[in-house]
Amino acid sequence: MSALVFYLIAGVTVASAAGVAFSRNILYSAFALMGLFMGAAGLFVMLAADFVAVVQVLVYVGGILVLTLFAVMLTHRISDVRVSNRSVGSLPALFIVAAIGAVMAKAVFATSWHAISPRVAQPTTYGIGNALLTGYLLPFEVASVVLLAALIGAVMLSRKELKPDERGSKG
Amino acid sequence: MIGLDHYLVVSLIVFALGLFCVLTRRNAIGVLMGVELMLNAANINYLAFARYSSGAYDGQIFAIFVIMLAAAEAAIGLAIVLGIYQTFQSIDLEATETLRG
Repeated sequence: MSALVFYLIAGVTVASAAGVAFSRNILYSAFALMGLFMGAAGLFVMLAADFVAVVQVLVYVGGILVLTLFAVMLTHRISDVRVSNRSVGSLPALFIVAAIGAVMAKAVFATSWHAISPRVAQPTTYGIGNALLTGYLLPFEVASVVLLAALIGAVMLSRKELKPDERGSKG
Repeated sequence: MIGLDHYLVVSLIVFALGLFCVLTRRNAIGVLMGVELMLNAANINYLAFARYSSGAYDGQIFAIFVIMLAAAEAAIGLAIVLGIYQTFQSIDLEATETLRG
C-alpha cells in the first residue's frame, strides 16, 4: 500500500518535472510546475516531514507559483498568441545532463548508505520550532534579514521611476 | 518496501530534468523554473536523508532554509526578468547581450 502510494506520487512528480522541462508552451510549463510542487509535498509527507510539506504548499504553490504565473502573463503581449518557449542547443545540453546524471547515479547506487530503518512518524513541528530557536537561532535571524533584503530589492527593481530629473528622462 | 534509494532516484531524475531545463531554455522564466526543479530535488534529498538517519531535525531545517531562499530567489529573479522585459521588450536570454564583451 505504501509502495503503491509512493510510486503514484513519484510518477506525478517526475511526469510534472518532464512537463516543465519539455513543454513547448511556457504557460503549460508553469502549470506543470504546480504538479511538481504538489508531488514533492506528497513525497515530504511520505518522509514524515509534515511541517516541511505544509511549508512547501504554502510557499511554493501559494507564493512562487503565483509569482511565476504573474511573470509569464506580464512578459508577453496579449495579442501575441505564441508564447516563446523554444529550446536551443538541446544536444550539448543532453550530453552535459547525461554526464552529470551518470556521476550522480553512480554516487547513489555505488555508495552503501548506512540507512537505519525509520521510526514511527511523529509530528515534527514542536522539534523544528525548538531547533530553530536554539541551535539554529543565528541562521534563523540571518534568514529574516535575507528576506527583508529580498523584499526591498524586489520593490526597488520593479518600481517605476517617478522623478524624471533623477535618472535620465525615463518616467 | 520503499527505501532511501527510491527517493534518491526520484530526486536524481528531477534534478537532471531541471538541469536540462536550465541549459536549454532561452526564456528567462523557463530558466528560473529549472532552478526551482533543482532546488526541489535537493529538498527531497535532504528530507530522505533526514528520514533514514538518526531522526534529528537538521535535514528538515535545512529544507526549510532552502524553501526560504527559493522564495527570495524567485522574487528577485522575476523582478529582474520584468526589468529586462521593460528594457528589451523580450525575455529571450539571447536578446539581452548588451553586457557581452
